[in-house]
Amino acid sequence: MSAYNFAYLDEQTKRMIRRAILKGLAIPGYQVPFASREMPMPYGWGTGGVQVSAAVLIPDDTFKVIDQGSDDTTNAVSIRTFFERTAGVETTTVTRDASVIQTRHRIPEERLHEGQILVYQVPIPEPLRFLEPRESETRKMHGLEEYGLMHVKLYEDISRHGHIATSYAYPVKVEGRYVMDPSPIPKFDNPKLGDMAAIQLFGAGREQRIYALPPYTQVVSLDFEDHPFEATKADHACSLCGSEDSYQDEVIIDDAGRRMFVCSDADYCKARQAAGHHGKDAA
Amino acid sequence: MTPLLSVRGITKRYGTHIGCADVSFDLYPGEVMGIVGESGSGKSTLLNCMAGQLVPDAGEVVFDTRANGPQNTVTMSEPERRMLSRTDWAFVHQHACDGLRMGISAGGNVGERLMAVGERHYGDIRGDAKDWLQRVEIDAARVDDRPTTFSGGMQQRLQIARNLVTGPRLVFMDEPTGGLDVSVQARLLDLLRGLVRDMNLSAIIVTHDLAVVRLLADRLMVMKSGRVVEAGLTDQILDDPQHAYSQLLVSSVLQV
Amino acid sequence: MIELNNISKTFTLHNQGAAVIEVLSDVSFSVEPGECVALTGASGAGKSTLMRMIYGNYLARSGEIRIGDVDIVRSEPRTIIALRREVLGYVSQFLRVVPRVPTVNVVSEPLRAVGVSATDAKARAEALLLQLNIPERLWALSPTTFSGGEQQRVNIARSFAHTYPAMLLDEPTASLDATNREVVLQLIEEAKARGTAIIGIFHDKAARARVCDREIDVSQFSPEVAA
Repeated sequence: MSAYNFAYLDEQTKRMIRRAILKGLAIPGYQVPFASREMPMPYGWGTGGVQVSAAVLIPDDTFKVIDQGSDDTTNAVSIRTFFERTAGVETTTVTRDASVIQTRHRIPEERLHEGQILVYQVPIPEPLRFLEPRESETRKMHGLEEYGLMHVKLYEDISRHGHIATSYAYPVKVEGRYVMDPSPIPKFDNPKLGDMAAIQLFGAGREQRIYALPPYTQVVSLDFEDHPFEATKADHACSLCGSEDSYQDEVIIDDAGRRMFVCSDADYCKARQAAGHHGKDAA
Repeated sequence: MTPLLSVRGITKRYGTHIGCADVSFDLYPGEVMGIVGESGSGKSTLLNCMAGQLVPDAGEVVFDTRANGPQNTVTMSEPERRMLSRTDWAFVHQHACDGLRMGISAGGNVGERLMAVGERHYGDIRGDAKDWLQRVEIDAARVDDRPTTFSGGMQQRLQIARNLVTGPRLVFMDEPTGGLDVSVQARLLDLLRGLVRDMNLSAIIVTHDLAVVRLLADRLMVMKSGRVVEAGLTDQILDDPQHAYSQLLVSSVLQV
Repeated sequence: MIELNNISKTFTLHNQGAAVIEVLSDVSFSVEPGECVALTGASGAGKSTLMRMIYGNYLARSGEIRIGDVDIVRSEPRTIIALRREVLGYVSQFLRVVPRVPTVNVVSEPLRAVGVSATDAKARAEALLLQLNIPERLWALSPTTFSGGEQQRVNIARSFAHTYPAMLLDEPTASLDATNREVVLQLIEEAKARGTAIIGIFHDKAARARVCDREIDVSQFSPEVAA
């Protein structure tokens, strides 16, 4: 333990990252470049989120990590353990008890409260990337608010599928200014991005970008007048807790094609079961 | 009448080499001007300087904007210039793949400029796209096909539709018929002539094909080594060239 | 309507030892509205060169050519183009068109250019084609594949679609049969009656005698004679 500085990163690095975070909070949705460090885990495992968490954690914090809503998958467990060992902070799986929540691809079902920080792991921060490969050009497009191309992507969706088929990493416009990739959260979660009481920080390690949404920011999902945005999810109730309002994962349970739908947010599901709610497959 | 485009003393150097030097002219609404000259004569450099794709070392390019009247596009801010190139200007490239998004459907290609200026109704955008496909003689049923499935001539016509959908006033064309076979060229030229007349477009066409300028251009500039050696009425220059180089250029064309 | 003052023309062949060929010098004459003037003179005397200069196709070396109030020698291209669109018509010996364009569109284009509606322009074009005995089945085809006589008649139909106040006619009756020659001569007479000032080259003596009010022998302007 003593071999590491608090939360692994040295103080200068954390200062550098905090500056990027503050700048990101000051310009919501704007991608701030930062000098991403090598972390003791491979890219794609949340190195951006981990660096942001390391920069914001203080010894009094209670830390929670979810991977697609779950506290106990490999990625969540290893990052939680990493900070237990390098920062010695308390950890929890209970959403409302956590002061810092690092997440991969989900926003918790339970409404977050003021004082909490939600840290997203971001693989590709640039929403225009697949339409315009030149980074020099996409930066200019952000600078000049030239976002017509973003709608071209949605247009293509509708022309090919009859509706906007983008179901995750659905682009949003922040405070009427920057178009932002919300990381690969399902579009079901998009409405939670806006007007959130907690601070939202986004870290992309490989791409060396940080961006942020301060509390109660206006976030609007892009759409067409005649094809409005819809926050869709699988039309099933959770087999374990019976919830019909939460985002469901489809789980294949045998070779015969049988399947069940369960809450992707493990803590939410557990809390509901503890409160006496039951789905059709509850044990 | 105010010129739509007023070019004064445009000079562009590449190190010690001259791209184009001291080019001046006025282009009026509805005029089509051809720029001819051999490869390396500076005609494409000049076109790119005028279209805001290259920054000239000297000179000004004054465009009569809809909102604020004549403005020097060389010194205007980049957002303003880029806005012009999405609205009042169009640029038709020689190679359609430089002017199209090959991974996006024909409808998306045509609709892009509409969406860029704030159009947000899918049905309307698609309707406009289909309408424009028909105007450039592409079957509207191909609205969802990618340009990669189109022939060279169709790609070029799609590029024209994509450029003209926002009703620009000035079209820059860089060898618009280059690389197309002769019968396809004729069809494209006919189409362009009709569009120029119906939309009262002004156009600047860079080409080395004198037949193209005879059919499309009202007036001509002949360039050699970066300089304009002769300018005037197209048929006058082609039939009674005054400068030694123009005479050489005209007499070098095989008669058919 | 058409007035030439001290026009001279030389060709400088830069790529053939800068040889200078003097063709015409000191040409002055004028044509009133409703008047038809024939240019005469031996082949090579400069009749066509003079016509081309009046049309702005060749550049006069000095002097002025006024069509209405426009001096074509010193005008901007757009002025000349507007003049050709509205005031000055030209029947050349050869039809030059965009391949693939249907004959009826070729003929109606000059009307479309001066703002006549597509329907009216088409009606006028069809009437002219009928008058000039171009079979209706050919109207939708491009004239590029027509016979010489047919092409010439399309050319004439095109030139007479719009009623220009001034016209230049270069051998309008050449390669036409008697019937069509008569139609063309009538078109010329109608134009004169409307007040069109006309300059023409006619090798057809009878035609010349019928429509022209006077003749100007271009040989008198050749530099050797003047010298």
